[in-house]
Parts: sequence; structure tokens; C-alpha cells
Amino acid sequence: MELRRKLEILADAAKYDASCASSGTEKRDSRQGGIGSTEGMGICHAYAPDGRCISLLKVLLTNACVFDCAYCINRATSNVARARFTVRELVELTLHFYRRNYIEGLFLSSGIIRSPDYTMEQIVEVARLLREEHGFKGYIHLKTIPDAAPELLARAGMYADRLSINIELPQDGSLKSLAPEKDAPGIRRAMARMRLRIEEAKEAKRTERRAAAPRFAPAGQSTQMIVGADAADDRAVLGTSVNLYAGYGLRRVYYSGYSPIPDASSLLPPAAPPLVREHRLYQADWLLRFYGFGLEEIMAGGEGGMLDLGIDPKLAWALKHRDRFPVDVNRAPKEMLLRVPGLGAKTVNRLLSARRHRSLRSDDLARLKLPLAKLLPFLVTADHRPRGGLLDRADLRTLVAPQTGFAAQARPRQLALL
Amino acid sequence: MSDGIGILLPGPADFGAWRLQARRLLAAGVPPERVDWRVAGESPGLFAGAPPPDAAPVTASVPRSFMEMAEIGIRHRDPERFALLYRMLWRIVQGEPQGERNLMQVATDADVVRLQGMTKAVRRDAHKMHAFLRFRAIETEAGPKYVAWFEPEHHILEAETGFFIRRFAGLRWSILTPAASAHWDGETLRMGPGGSRRDAPPEDAHEELWRAYYASIFNPARLKPAAMRAEMPVKYWKNLPEAREIPRLMAEAPRRVAEMVERGATPAAPRRQRSLHVPAQPAAPADDSSGMAPDLFSQVEDPAAALAALKAEIERRNDLPPWAAAATQIVFGEGPVGAPLLFVGEQPGDEEDLAGKPFVGPAGRLFNRAAEEAGIDRPMAYVTNAVKHFKFKPTGRRRLHQSPDAGDIAYYRPFLKREIELAGPRLVVSLGATALKSLTGKPLAITKVRGETIETPDGLRIFPTVHPSYLLRLPDADSKAREYDRFVADLKAAQREVR
Repeated sequence: MELRRKLEILADAAKYDASCASSGTEKRDSRQGGIGSTEGMGICHAYAPDGRCISLLKVLLTNACVFDCAYCINRATSNVARARFTVRELVELTLHFYRRNYIEGLFLSSGIIRSPDYTMEQIVEVARLLREEHGFKGYIHLKTIPDAAPELLARAGMYADRLSINIELPQDGSLKSLAPEKDAPGIRRAMARMRLRIEEAKEAKRTERRAAAPRFAPAGQSTQMIVGADAADDRAVLGTSVNLYAGYGLRRVYYSGYSPIPDASSLLPPAAPPLVREHRLYQADWLLRFYGFGLEEIMAGGEGGMLDLGIDPKLAWALKHRDRFPVDVNRAPKEMLLRVPGLGAKTVNRLLSARRHRSLRSDDLARLKLPLAKLLPFLVTADHRPRGGLLDRADLRTLVAPQTGFAAQARPRQLALL
Repeated sequence: MSDGIGILLPGPADFGAWRLQARRLLAAGVPPERVDWRVAGESPGLFAGAPPPDAAPVTASVPRSFMEMAEIGIRHRDPERFALLYRMLWRIVQGEPQGERNLMQVATDADVVRLQGMTKAVRRDAHKMHAFLRFRAIETEAGPKYVAWFEPEHHILEAETGFFIRRFAGLRWSILTPAASAHWDGETLRMGPGGSRRDAPPEDAHEELWRAYYASIFNPARLKPAAMRAEMPVKYWKNLPEAREIPRLMAEAPRRVAEMVERGATPAAPRRQRSLHVPAQPAAPADDSSGMAPDLFSQVEDPAAALAALKAEIERRNDLPPWAAAATQIVFGEGPVGAPLLFVGEQPGDEEDLAGKPFVGPAGRLFNRAAEEAGIDRPMAYVTNAVKHFKFKPTGRRRLHQSPDAGDIAYYRPFLKREIELAGPRLVVSLGATALKSLTGKPLAITKVRGETIETPDGLRIFPTVHPSYLLRLPDADSKAREYDRFVADLKAAQREVR
């Protein structure tokens, strides 16, 4: 098969994995030989019309697969065309793309062929050739296979910046029914093993064993959860994330709204991908990680285990906790400023720093180009206090909710496809 | 500006030159409104103003954050950038009675906001250059050479060559822009004049593959062109080989999605992909939820196998306490069958849960130390927990230990009893209150029974002491040392019981 056709099949097969990050790894460059660099910050080299970043050459080594996961285009019983890169082809392709500055590196995954160990060996071999034969200093993200042998995992971690195993679905039960060959406890055990190794490598780097430190995935591990393929509600989805962040030190949980695939399984008839829901989950995930919100607080902004689709989860929380407002921008503690709808973490730090020297007024906020219409009902400044009763008005939501096309799209009825 | 002073800078982003002039102006006490900043060759017409003062440059200490931002902000194409920077410097050093030393911290100040905006724009421009610059290879006698045409918005080329040198140190490359060019021969960098797009190669053989990749990685069911344009503004498209695919991809997307929906689910492929390797099928879950599978009790002839079966039995129970589903795995006991001493802790902690082994966390390590000190051959002892899964509350990046409640203890109790029967120790050392309660069924106070052997109605000999995590929680070093010694003494006493 012609290389171009292979690339089309194997990129198409990889596109349902949302992960694209090329950030968070150690600093390296090619001044002492080889090619490539990583400087901590990820780079998106292009964006596709789906709004997704293209940072890495994201492909499968092969889309042949013996697993029969209903949500996956590559499942054993799918009718898609199958292809397979040779290890050399993929190494060359990565380097050609890299030299032309199309990509930050490679994100390699694979269908399971022959056995988990055989598949993992092939993946590791691509990374080994890039690193050892070509001195490749760019970013490598490898998908690991839960059942592969520990030595293979150790080698994968030695070459890769990031490793990931997809948790796939928020509930063990749905994995059992939709992906019969996958094993949720096995996935968690593999994540646990990776966390231990990542921490061991980090610890060794800090201490006297520095030189002997086994390199292991300096950019950590991540995972992906498909949203909308099973009946799990947002509380179940986020509850799973909370456990994953706390238990396995994941850098990121990616949420991927289940998207219709060309050759769909009868278990999952096509429907529009729940893009708005996915977006709200990402926002909630941010609140959990960077804004000091607890899971139950976030869920309190929604109804019946689902987030409010029409407004962001922080605003939703604020509208249901009006007694906590208004907050004085000149006096409130950081934790409370972080809860004001429209104030981001960076802005909060700037305000905290500025207010030590000035008393902040509304036009100070305007100068920072903050969304005043959303902000001011919740905020007291040196020259502003929300009008009496404003916070109690039943229509406050319509006053502060952004009237964007995105918000309009969020109305549940419009989610049906076409 | 009759008494104005004109400063001519040699280049549009020459921070060193600006800095030197600014220090001279400060030394001469020239206020910002009297200075007219120009760049050589940029401003045609008469250059008004007196020559700069011949003062020795002043050495003033200014906040590092100002210098860092100034060095980046000066690359902005705004013609007022030099004046803004000098005005801010003046305010920091000369303003108010003692100078506005804290100016940079006042994020809401109009000048600070403006400089912040400028540095942000420059950084974004640089980031987009790292991202959207595309090289095209040409063959030369000395081997391949990579040439790019890029149109930055600000004066960033020279500053950003470092990025491309670090990344492509071993390649020969040129970056051409309208205002300047940079050339790297694998060893040295040479800056040259600007050029035009025609100076760069018109195509590259690999662009066809790259466009094929770009088109294939796009998911037509998720069309979000506004998000794409926000991050990859249209002004860059003309120099991006893949961008020519965009109109077609967008136009075809609705039809492709409609076709997927219309086609609906497709029947399974007649010849499914086959494995050469048959993965071990996990055993079917036990239906029986009222008690233990009866066959467990018939395997007494091989206690090690029976212990393994007991572990598997717990693993596939479908009536585990609901919190157990969040644990990574079961943490079952470990040690030789027939070990004289069997230690029972409370429940696995974070590290035990990850490793799937008991007594490997902080309390376990302390226990091992104390046991060795008491003369116990640690690998020859059997260790386990009253509760076999980690009960925790997730908080951020940590899992906080939650004590098992009476129901949890009761649930695992039959399994613990069975485990002890199979392991067959001569003495069971219970560590902490949970273990003691699980073993005796009664909430006994450790302080009352510590160090005495208790015999249960079914003939089990139990020796109660504290849990090592109790030692870890003690606040001061004195009581820590005292309690540690007491703990070692208890372990010694237990050891004597079985000698």
C-alpha cells in the first residue's frame, strides 16, 4: 500500500483520541547532536476545522485490532480498511515532518495485534529508533497497553515523555459491556504502576542517585474518558476523574464526546457528539484542579447529577450560592476571589498584587479587559456595590449569562444531529 | 518640541542601545515628555531635537520584572514603545517622593496594562512563529537546506533564532521575513536583509503527505471553525501548506456526517480480526453473595493455593462495600504459610494500594524497622490487614485515609478469619484498634489489653499492640522515641511467645 494511503487510514484511526499535549517535559535541545528540542511549553503547529490542536503526529502503528470495543472505529468486527506502518516508515515520516517544523513529535498508539507484548514491543521500537539512532529530542507520547510486560513498560518510559492508558469509560460496568476484552481494574493497576515508576524516577533525580536515575516519562501520564457512549452522568464522570487525579497523579484527564464513526457498532447508534457537555466537563475539571472546588460543590450548580449546559459551572455555582456574594475585591481572600464568575486564576493573582498598592476601582477592572457585566453583580470595588436586590433577582441568570452562539447551542433540544 | 532631545536607535528592537540611552537620559534628569525616540532608517524626514546629553549613564536598580518585560516589549511594532518604557523607568526611579518602586505590581496601572499587552502580543507572535513557520527543503551541493518564509507581526526574528538553533542545530536553514533574514549553517548564525516570498522555495515534496495527515486527523462530526480561527488566525493561512485543505474539509463535513448517520450501524465484519494470542479470560463473578464459595473450604490440603483462591474470591465479589470500587486493587496478606507470627494491620494505605502489597507504606516501613530490631526475621512473618481495600477520600493530588467503619470491618472479618486459618500462625499480633476489633469482634481498648495474650472462643491466640501509624502521628520526638521503644518491646514479647 502506498505510504500516503497508510497515513490516511492510520491518522483517521487515531483521531478519536483527544490528547494532543506536548508540554510538561524536561528541557532538551540538539546543540550537542541529534535533532529537536523541548522547552516545557507545548506548541500547537496547526488547528483543524474541528478546533483541535495538531501538535504531534498522532497515528496508530496499525489499526488491525483483536479487541472488539463498540465505541472504537478499529474494533475487530469493524469493516474499515486496515493498514500497518513498518517501524522504519514511521520513524522516517516523523523525522521528515519534524524537520519541516510541522510537528512537536510523535504520539503513537496501536491496535492490539498478536499479543499485548508484541504490540507494545513494536511501539517501543519506534521510540527507540528515534531516540537512539537519530538522537531525536522532540516529544514522544506512547500509548501503553495494560497487560504488557513490566520490562516493556520500563523501556517505554525510558524513551517517552508521556505515557497514557485510556480509562475509556467512566464506569467499570459500561467498559465490561462495551469493551469486553478490556479490564477496568487492570487499567487502574497499570496506572498505579506508572505512578510508582514516575515518582521513583523523579525522586531519584532529586537525590544522590541522580546519575543512576531510571528515566521514566518526565511529562507524566494522562488518560481519556469517552463521554456520552454510556449512561454515566456528569457526577460519575467527574467522580472518576477526581479519583484518577488523586490516586495516580495524572497530568490530565481528557474528555472526548462520543462522536459518530463511519462504521458504527449497533450498540451505539450515531448521534451528534455532545460538544457542549464535553466543554462543561473541561471547565469543571479546571475548577477541581485550580480553583479549589470540590466535586459536590460543582455538582450543586447543576441538577440531577448533570452540569448546567447553558452556563459555565462557576457561574452556575455562584447563582445557587448568592448568599456568598458580593465579594469585596479589595479585601476578600484569594479562595473567595477565585469563586467570582469571570475572574480567572491569573487575574486573581494580579488583583491581589495590585490591591496591596492601590484601592481597586471598577475602571481598574475595565482596564484589565474583564467581563464587567458578568463580574459586577458579584463584586464590590472601591466605587461600586451591586444595586440592592440585584443578587436576589430571579432573572439574574439572564443578566450575567453570556449570549454567545455557544450558549445558544447548549439548549438541549438543539443537540439532536441535523 | 523646542527643547526636545532626539534619540536615534540603531535597530527596531535593540534593547541594549535603548537601555544605554535611557541611563544617560536619567543621569541628565531629562523627563520623558522631552524625548523623541526614533529608529535609524525608519523615520524619513527631518529629525528634530537636540543631540542626547553627554552624561555618564546612571546606574539605577530597577525591579527585575520591569527589565524582563521591557526586553520583550521593545520588540513590539508600536512606535511609542521606547517612550512608554522610558516613561515607566522614569516613574520607577524618579516618580513620587521615592519613585514608584512598586509600579510593576500595580497590574491595573495604565502603563503597566499597556506594557503587559505589548509583551503578551510579542510572546504570542513568537509562539505562533514557532508553531506556524514551515520549512521547505532544497537540495544543494552541501546537502539539503531548509528554507522558510514567515511574516511576523513584531520585531522578533533575531530574538527567536535561538529557538530554531536549539531545535535544528544540525540542519542548515534560512528564515526569510519581509524585514530581515536569518541564516544558520550548522555552526554560526548570520542575520541578513529582508526578502520576499519568492525568495523561498514554492513547495516541498512532503507537503502532500502533511496535507493528507491534516485532512485525515480532522473529525467532520466536530466542526468548530471559530475555535480554529481563534488559534490559527486567517492571516497565517497563506503560508501554511495545509491551510488550502480547510475550505474543502469544511464544505464536505456536513455531507460526511449526514452519510454516517444515514448509514447507521453497520453489521459486524464477516471476518473479524483474529488474535494469535488468547488472553486469559477473567473468571466469572461468583453469583453467591451470601457466603464464601463452598469449594474454598475443600482446598485445605494446599494452604498456599487456598490462600490464592481466597484472594481471587474476594476480588470478584459483587457485594464489596461500595467505596472498594475506587481502590486500585485488593491488598491481600503476604508471607509464608506456617509462619509462627502473623501480624494484622488496619487497611492498606495509598502506597499499598498502588503496589498491591501490604506494609509497604510509611507505617509499614516503620513496622519493618521495629520488627527487625525486635529480632523478628521479617520475611518469615505473615502480614495482612483487617480490611483488604484502601478506603480513602480524594482531595486534589492526594488520597486521604478514611478509617473503616464497623460495617466494613464486619464485611472483611470472615475473610480475615479464613486467611488466618490457612496461614496457621502460632500467635496473631493485632496492630491497632481495627485489627483487634476484627479479631475479637469486640471494641476493646488497646491500653487495657496491650501486651497480654487473649484467647478467643475459637482458640485463636491474640497479642494486641498499637498500630505503627500511631507512632507516626505522635507530635514530639520524645514521645515518639518512648513509644517506639515500647512497640519494639511488645514485638519482642510476641517473639518470645512463639520461641
